[in-house]
Amino acid sequence: MRRLVAKGVIALARILAGGNVRRVGFTPDERQRIYFANHSSHLDFILIWAALPSRLRALTRPVAAKDYWDKGLRRYLGVRVFNAVLVERNPAANATHNVIDVLLDGLGEKHSLILFPEGTRGDGATIAPFKSGLYRLAKLRPDVELIPSYINNVNRILPKGECVPVPMLASVSFGEPMHVGNGEEKGAFLDRARKAILELRQW
Amino acid sequence: MVTMIRDRDTLLLFGGVLGLLVIATIIGQSMRIWRRSDVVDNLNARIKAWWVMSTVFALSLLTGGLGSVILFALLSFFALREFITLTPTRPADHSALFWVFFIITPLQYYLVATQWYGFFSVLIPVYGFLFIPSRIAISGDPNAFLERSAKIQWGLMVCVYCVSHVPALLMLQIPGYEGKNARLLFFLVVVVQLSDVLQYVWGKLLGRHKISPVISPSKTWEGFIGGIVSATLIGTALWRATPFTVWQTMGMAFVITIMGFLGGLTMSAIKRDSGVKDWGSSIQGHGGVLDRIDSICFAGPIFFHLTRYFFT
Repeated sequence: MRRLVAKGVIALARILAGGNVRRVGFTPDERQRIYFANHSSHLDFILIWAALPSRLRALTRPVAAKDYWDKGLRRYLGVRVFNAVLVERNPAANATHNVIDVLLDGLGEKHSLILFPEGTRGDGATIAPFKSGLYRLAKLRPDVELIPSYINNVNRILPKGECVPVPMLASVSFGEPMHVGNGEEKGAFLDRARKAILELRQW
Repeated sequence: MVTMIRDRDTLLLFGGVLGLLVIATIIGQSMRIWRRSDVVDNLNARIKAWWVMSTVFALSLLTGGLGSVILFALLSFFALREFITLTPTRPADHSALFWVFFIITPLQYYLVATQWYGFFSVLIPVYGFLFIPSRIAISGDPNAFLERSAKIQWGLMVCVYCVSHVPALLMLQIPGYEGKNARLLFFLVVVVQLSDVLQYVWGKLLGRHKISPVISPSKTWEGFIGGIVSATLIGTALWRATPFTVWQTMGMAFVITIMGFLGGLTMSAIKRDSGVKDWGSSIQGHGGVLDRIDSICFAGPIFFHLTRYFFT
């Protein structure tokens, strides 16, 4: 049943967004990865998920905001169908909840993550500065490859504040895998990661 | 309503298309063995896609009416998706776009299916035309307002209104031709697509003088004349399948090929303005859906109205 729902969601995503995927120096396989992408729509992670080969989808978990995805139908879709890792958006409000631990847990021994380091949805035109979670996670798990991913045009399918989607051809581009360099500072790395996504825009 | 078409004449039409595909495939594969190049690879990709498109089209015709209505509704939907993707819309257009895709487009094809001609012919040019700017105005963003309204309306006219005239051929009541309208649809689509293909082939073989180098570098006078003449002659040979006489069929085929050419040229101009080569990439070797049906968009309504005015 869950597989069927997942297939249905992917079919719906294809009807709305088409199936354009570009791979720039990246071959999908079972290795553990963190796909980090620009964020402008609730549909973003579905598009990335749909862009992966089906055998990898079961291993790839989106990271999503708990306050939005933790109720009703969204909870069913997010947790049961997509196996999302839910994190608190304002961890200061709850000191016992450590986001990085939750993410490490979510990665485990075989899973990959889809992460939106901007932290919140933008307008689609600009990419906000990245939050530090990506850096901290990458330092703790240097074996996991970081894949810059650029999602184009999804903000026009379902913009912030709208509840019904319209069809519009979108595309997902995956870039070359990257790692935190030896002794690389947080700011420098986050800047480099953000630029890697911006570079994919040219493709 | 149109009944299933299974008689001898129809089988001959399908057989003719099958024969053309087989010949094209043999030529394409021989060229691949003889001298492989990007042009030949693209040609073979196109031929392969033609097999799929012809099969889908033939199956839709075999269902009688409804299959064709559904097929062209889907073509409209995907063509409009390509068109709007390349049109700079703003967030305030979102609701108008939702109506365009999910209410107006299905309603237009519902009117085709129920053969309600009066409403079919005014839904988009009158109601759609007034609705779209009103809905955008309610959203309250005046930036490039006229441009946005006009572009969305234009996309709806070309991708939905014009294309819907192809299955609308099924609603024409032509004396002595009852139940055979699906052949009219076949005639239109075959002539317009053959004209595209033959213009391409003649252009590749003999093309020297460009018609409009800025808008469409691949269109040449040699390709144009060769394609129009040969497609018109093949169309004329199909006269038995139509309600027209030989000379009338020739006239219709000629108009169809000319309109098809103008459709291709016009849609190319929009592509050049947007800085793209193709509308999409969903059909291997051809580009997007709109790249394949741009000629039908222009030929469909004119063929529909000529037939309606002179033969019903």
